[in-house]
Amino acid sequence: MLYISRWKAFAIVMTTLIVCMFAVPNLLSQSTVQSWPKWAQRHVVLGLDLQGGSHLLLEVDTGVIKKQKVEQLRDEVRKILREAKVGLVQAAVVRGETVEVRIRESDLQQGLTKLRELSQPLGGLLSATGQRSVEINNVGGGLVRLNWTEPAIIERVRQAIDQSIQIVTRRVDDLGTVEPVIQRQGIDRILIQVPGLGDPQRLIDLIGKTAKLDFRMVDQTMTAEQALASRPPPESEVLYGTAREGRTPYLIEKRVVVSGEDLVDAQPAFDQRTNEPVVSMRFNASGARRWAQATTENVGRPFAIILDNEVISAPVIREPIIGGQSQISGSFTVQSANDLAILLRAGALPAPLTVIEQRVVGAGLGQDSIEKGTSAAYFGALLVAIYMLAAYGIFGVFAVVAVAFNVAMIFGVLSLLNATLTLPGIIGIVLTIGIAVDSNVLIYERIREEIRTGRSAISAIDAGFTRALATIMDSNITTFIAAAVLFFIGTGPVKGFAVTFGIGIITTVFTAFTLTRLMVSYWVRWSRPQRLAVT
Amino acid sequence: MRFHRSIPLLRLIPDDTKFDFMRFRRISFPLSAIASIAAIVLFFSHGLNFGIDFVGGTLLEVQSKSEAADLAKMRATLGGLGLGEVQLQQFGTPRDVLIRVSQQPGGEKAQQAALAKIKEALGDEVTYRQEAVVGPRISTELLAYSAIGLMTAIFGILVYLWFRFEWQFALGAMVANVHDLVLTIGFMSLFQIDFDLASIAALLTILGYSLNDTVVIYDRIRELLRRYKRMPIPELLNQSINSTMTRSVNTHVTVTLALLAMYFFGGHAIHSFTATMLFGVVLVGTYTSVFIAAPLLIYFGVGSFRSATAEDEPEPQSAAPRKA
Repeated sequence: MLYISRWKAFAIVMTTLIVCMFAVPNLLSQSTVQSWPKWAQRHVVLGLDLQGGSHLLLEVDTGVIKKQKVEQLRDEVRKILREAKVGLVQAAVVRGETVEVRIRESDLQQGLTKLRELSQPLGGLLSATGQRSVEINNVGGGLVRLNWTEPAIIERVRQAIDQSIQIVTRRVDDLGTVEPVIQRQGIDRILIQVPGLGDPQRLIDLIGKTAKLDFRMVDQTMTAEQALASRPPPESEVLYGTAREGRTPYLIEKRVVVSGEDLVDAQPAFDQRTNEPVVSMRFNASGARRWAQATTENVGRPFAIILDNEVISAPVIREPIIGGQSQISGSFTVQSANDLAILLRAGALPAPLTVIEQRVVGAGLGQDSIEKGTSAAYFGALLVAIYMLAAYGIFGVFAVVAVAFNVAMIFGVLSLLNATLTLPGIIGIVLTIGIAVDSNVLIYERIREEIRTGRSAISAIDAGFTRALATIMDSNITTFIAAAVLFFIGTGPVKGFAVTFGIGIITTVFTAFTLTRLMVSYWVRWSRPQRLAVT
Repeated sequence: MRFHRSIPLLRLIPDDTKFDFMRFRRISFPLSAIASIAAIVLFFSHGLNFGIDFVGGTLLEVQSKSEAADLAKMRATLGGLGLGEVQLQQFGTPRDVLIRVSQQPGGEKAQQAALAKIKEALGDEVTYRQEAVVGPRISTELLAYSAIGLMTAIFGILVYLWFRFEWQFALGAMVANVHDLVLTIGFMSLFQIDFDLASIAALLTILGYSLNDTVVIYDRIRELLRRYKRMPIPELLNQSINSTMTRSVNTHVTVTLALLAMYFFGGHAIHSFTATMLFGVVLVGTYTSVFIAAPLLIYFGVGSFRSATAEDEPEPQSAAPRKA
């Protein structure tokens, strides 16, 4: 146990040093490190609780997605039955989450065959299960109920989140923030972390908008007030203006002339005549063609620009707009024009997102936490070192050296993983210092016991190591299980604790098995103690 | 060189203690039972001071721009917002105030609205050091995950110990585990320490530490069980604890030193975390390993397998050279 071959000693020292080296970039400034190769640049990332910033957890509104999906199913049912000329008693309608259609008894079989075409086998990993997308229920008496299966809905939610992540990323990037983290969480959630952002209100406002933009004609067959008093024509609906404008009601046709999907670009600008902030837009070819046609046919009539079901403005068409260029004016400020341009460029969200968790740490608090955390860590380390020296003399020195390398290795591993260091993470490191010495204590106490049974120094040290290492293994694995569980259930700062604590356990076991042994073995060879005194 | 040749300089515990820990079980078991019952009663009567992580709501840490924050004025301002109960608390310096608003009815959006209202009411008189809004859905999930996490950890450790030791050890460690958690939760209830995600981290760490201790003693018990086939179990347990005593003390001193450093210098953000750890690790964990986890083995009939090989002569007490 005590004899360590030369190459083994070399391997131990090299491994330790290499892992420690990875911690070096943390000590240098960003500019020094920049010229290094990518793999050497890895460093510890400070958590939001240490550098300040905003953490937002968003959830997609699955209710909206389900509603969209069931309406889509209804339209498809209508289309497929119409094309097959299936006789209907009652057209397809939406009832809750199902679509109901009543088919004439004589055509029922044909209708069902057609409807089954709607149900696709689900792709991806689910295909093996034989799951299909639509469940078709022949209730009897010609009544057929259809609804999406659960996996089909989940699939759609997944897609919606993927789309949303792209769109949110574009929106957040346009805000000019530094290194934002945007990632999926679970099935229907998005996590956004923006370091250094102290007031996320504007961000939330930007993310919270669906940004669905439509250009539609204003229905002039009656006024909006008349429509409200009686009932709007079937092809139109009443929408309201923005709060700035005093929520004027408008009667708007349901048919969409051009939508936000046809946009190629949107930029904030100033109106040349009034000098008022506006948003200027450019359509793609098909959008430009439709817009040119609509404006040519409707000169003199008002149209409406609608964002998220709110009428932004309803100007009158003075002349045909041919080039595919258009602009929205609507009493904007410079910032709101800019924000709207960002939203339009990024595109519309498939469904609204709701903030379900929001945590913001100011830069001042983060700085305080770093200072207090580090001073606590230094004090803790100092106290432990003093105690170890007092209790174990030269062996205490070995312990302190081993623990110092241990901490350096923790930082090395953290850098290698590009892990995040949080305030609880610092606590984790201090605690590691506390238990790292435990492995040394276990070994030394065991050696002392062996000496008292009358062994020679070398034999006692040897036996002490052998016995103690088994115990160190067992006790650290149990602690590691706790850390691992914490890693999987924890979020944010708590996860940071689990990471440093878990890595700390591993490096502790490593140093106990290698570094401490190496030092003691060389010391024994050098001083050749015949007997170790035990008082 | 004499200095180099001797290991110990400072000894808090004399070597060769022959303390009869097993006799203490007649005191420690009833004591623990009473303490556990008290903790459970406390939990149900006082409850835990759940933080917003688990009950949802809004939390703000603000710093007044004037010399000292006018709590009464702030209370009046915020109380008039119609947000239900608003708790204000001095936090660290006289300028720092912690504001807690309970969860608003009306789903996720209502929580955001509440935060906006508060910030509008306080305006520019304060700087916002920290704000957190946890919606009803997340808080319910976090609580469930935490509970599941604690169970998983206990179960995982149980399985590991079962593989490594006999089932009696696993069972003993688990009883000790639950005992630790119950007492620590009782402590948190008694002092109304914020119970949030960090507390779960503290509880799991306490679990880990207490087990660490228990395992060290169990390891020794297992070793002695193999060596001494005829030694009565209580005596064997006593010897195991006595011979690992110095290690226990030294380790706990170092961990306590580290924790104390964090308690006094780590700032108030981690006060409740370190306080809980100090209680759990230093007071409960150590006591449990020695006075609960080890004596329990007597009742679980540990070492019964030895009787089959009882004809073996006990090894001599002085250590014959073994395979090194």
